Amino acid sequence: MGLALLVVIWLITLVSTYFFIAKTWWLPVGAAASAGFIDRQFDLTYLLMGIVFLAAQLGLGYLAWKYRERASAPPADYSHGNTKLELVWTVLTAALFIGLNLMGSTVWAHERFDPAEGGAVQVEVTGMQFAWYFRYPGADGKYGATSPKLMDPSAGGEAALGLSGSDPAAKDDIVTGTMYVPVNREIDLSLRAVDVIHSFFVPNLRFKQDAVPGLNIHLHLRPTAIGDYEIACAELCGLGHYKMHGMVHVVSQEDFDKWLAAREAEKQ
Amino acid sequence: MVAQDAHAHSAPQGFIRKYIFSLDHKVIGLQYFFLALTAVFVGMFLSLLMRIHMIWPGVSLPLVGEIKPETYLSLLTMHGTIMVFFVLTTAPQGGFGNYVLPIQIGAPDMAFPVLNMLSFWTTFVGFVVIIAAFFVSGGAPLHGWTGYPPLSALQSAGPGEGLGADLWITSIAIFCVASLMGALNFITTTLDLRAKGMTMMRMPLTVWSWFITAILGLLAFGVLLSAGILLLMDRNLGTSFYVPLVVVNGQVLGHKGGSPLLWQHLFWFFGHPEVYIAILPGMGVASQVLSTLARKPIFGYKAMVYAMLGIGFLGFMVWGHHMFMSGMSPYSAFAFSILTMCIGVPSAIKTFNWLGTLYKGRIRFHTPMLYAIGFVSLFVSGGLSGPFLAQPVLDIQLHDTYFVVGHFHLIMGVAAIFGIFAATYYWFPKMFGRMMNETLGRIHFFITLAGTYAIFMPMHYLGMAGQTRRYSQFTEVAYQAKLIPLQTFITVAAIITISAQIIFVINLFWSMFKGPKASDNPWEATTLEWTTTTPPPHDNFGGVTPVVYHGPYEYGVPGAPRDFVMQNDPATVSAH
Repeated sequence: MGLALLVVIWLITLVSTYFFIAKTWWLPVGAAASAGFIDRQFDLTYLLMGIVFLAAQLGLGYLAWKYRERASAPPADYSHGNTKLELVWTVLTAALFIGLNLMGSTVWAHERFDPAEGGAVQVEVTGMQFAWYFRYPGADGKYGATSPKLMDPSAGGEAALGLSGSDPAAKDDIVTGTMYVPVNREIDLSLRAVDVIHSFFVPNLRFKQDAVPGLNIHLHLRPTAIGDYEIACAELCGLGHYKMHGMVHVVSQEDFDKWLAAREAEKQ
Repeated sequence: MVAQDAHAHSAPQGFIRKYIFSLDHKVIGLQYFFLALTAVFVGMFLSLLMRIHMIWPGVSLPLVGEIKPETYLSLLTMHGTIMVFFVLTTAPQGGFGNYVLPIQIGAPDMAFPVLNMLSFWTTFVGFVVIIAAFFVSGGAPLHGWTGYPPLSALQSAGPGEGLGADLWITSIAIFCVASLMGALNFITTTLDLRAKGMTMMRMPLTVWSWFITAILGLLAFGVLLSAGILLLMDRNLGTSFYVPLVVVNGQVLGHKGGSPLLWQHLFWFFGHPEVYIAILPGMGVASQVLSTLARKPIFGYKAMVYAMLGIGFLGFMVWGHHMFMSGMSPYSAFAFSILTMCIGVPSAIKTFNWLGTLYKGRIRFHTPMLYAIGFVSLFVSGGLSGPFLAQPVLDIQLHDTYFVVGHFHLIMGVAAIFGIFAATYYWFPKMFGRMMNETLGRIHFFITLAGTYAIFMPMHYLGMAGQTRRYSQFTEVAYQAKLIPLQTFITVAAIITISAQIIFVINLFWSMFKGPKASDNPWEATTLEWTTTTPPPHDNFGGVTPVVYHGPYEYGVPGAPRDFVMQNDPATVSAH
């Protein structure tokens, strides 16, 4: 029985580890400035936890087999533990866990403590059951007023956001169902939700943030590779949660300007 | 102790007082156990339907027919709620804690037998109410077991958010009241009814785990109860605790000024300690079984006690790690993250000590031992994904993905279930006077262990690849559709593992009536429940009050006549 246990635990451990090392399934390709930091921190955590995982599981299987009851086995050791070992283990674990945490926290601080740089491209992201809307403030750099009373989700676009017709700042606002952003520019995101909580998750951009009714959450990111990246809603928002997806198109500055100009022209 | 005499009550005669409205902690413990057993099969059946629907959406299923996306979300909500409350909180604490704790400390019953009966029957009512949610118009709620408002607070937010959602909250509120009664009883019993010589530092680790769990319950369930009442008011009385101005389907609702994050803070203030409420008794049982069947004292008894106290204490200061992506201040995320890493330290101490207990032991591979070793393995695997999720910067990628689903199922789901299995195989002889079948037990163990890993380990891979939780279909998002083959593998593993649980049920009921008769102390264990007859008499010790002379895990004592010294053995003197 000891041998069977050893074989099963070791097999489970080694097969699990194989798929982690082979990276058969792994983080999607990173396309944002933060991806480098985040992926490095992930790799480091993965390496350290992997070592502990292998040591503990292989050790568990080995001990179970080695100290199985047999006629020839020596009597069990009458010991209540070892305080010195206990202390060493405690201090080591504490240093490992807290050290790892402090290393990761500088990245977090950079991502979330600092505001967006001046001159960042502004995009407002609004979640509603079950679609994402993106708003660009236009030439005046100001988002126009919206009114809950004017919101009409069935109409889509500006009407869904309840954009006010009387506010001059709203005149040049662009509202779209897909997101376009220029590559290598800081993007100043403003996240809102009108009905329930949604979560704006773009795996390739290493970006996730809940959009919460009543809050306007500002975050920034910097896409670094041209491409089309999928958005998936990551917070349960109702029966259409699974199909609340969207697309971020990261394009060159030139293409972005052209796209924006075309939208402005459409609106006039 | 004087208190014991005041609580003595004579054995009841009629069927109803003996088996239904019983005051005997042993009967109540079994009632909790069978309630949890019923609940776990309901919960497991729901997960089976979910797994099948994800892979074969067109298939019409027994009892539910065609599954629509909202049906899937109802299954998910009810699976989580039933498992967390009526299985993982009910079986380890209400079931085994109730049955074993008074006997292990040498008491004739719980401190408040009537309260004990009330707390069971209140839990039972809670279970009936939650099951009723399936049958009302609109069906069960779809807001997930965490019930985040505004989704959970608005009747118009989706199907199931009508009466079904009210029943869901009511059931949880009832459960909270029952758990508060239970917690008071456990704490008082442990503090007041210990036999002579049973000092706190001689209590079995199981007793410590139930005691600490009860303290957590007392502090956590009150908060959930209040939070639930506020949610009911937001839903039905037009208050706005959790709901700001919202527009649902173009309708401006009458709420104003509420905070969706307030619920999250209150819910997780309960929800995180709840994780430890589920797992601490498992830790106690694993320690008990490992020491007994490795024939060796537990490695570092005091460290084990302090580690559990540390986990309980820190468990109340880490709730914010569920909210890194919620819009909460990024500065507080920093604090919650550090505290969360700290809670890894006592958990690591426990693992180290379990391995230390096996080292130089003489391991007997009875089924409870297999499950205790399986518990340690799962605890390690589930625990080590914690430091990923505890770092806000990694949580950006992993939050609300299958990585989280894999993590918490391993550590608070199946690890806790393995604790329950270990406890069942271990105490079954005492409870029913017969032994369970070892061959069936071993087959059940190996299939369940391998199956569990086959289900939950791949979820970590899915999560890293960005597979989001709570999706009824993966076909709508292109990168997620590529992961369907791995999801199919998980579904197949789940079908096999769930089917294998039939082996357990057969073993349980067959052994109850046909198993070989058990002796009073079949595992040659040392704690007080093995000093009395099998099954124990109504007052547990047949009129004798035990006196305790030793610590709980005196195995392999040099110079002793046998390889173990029972806690109430006055003849053999050992250091502990």
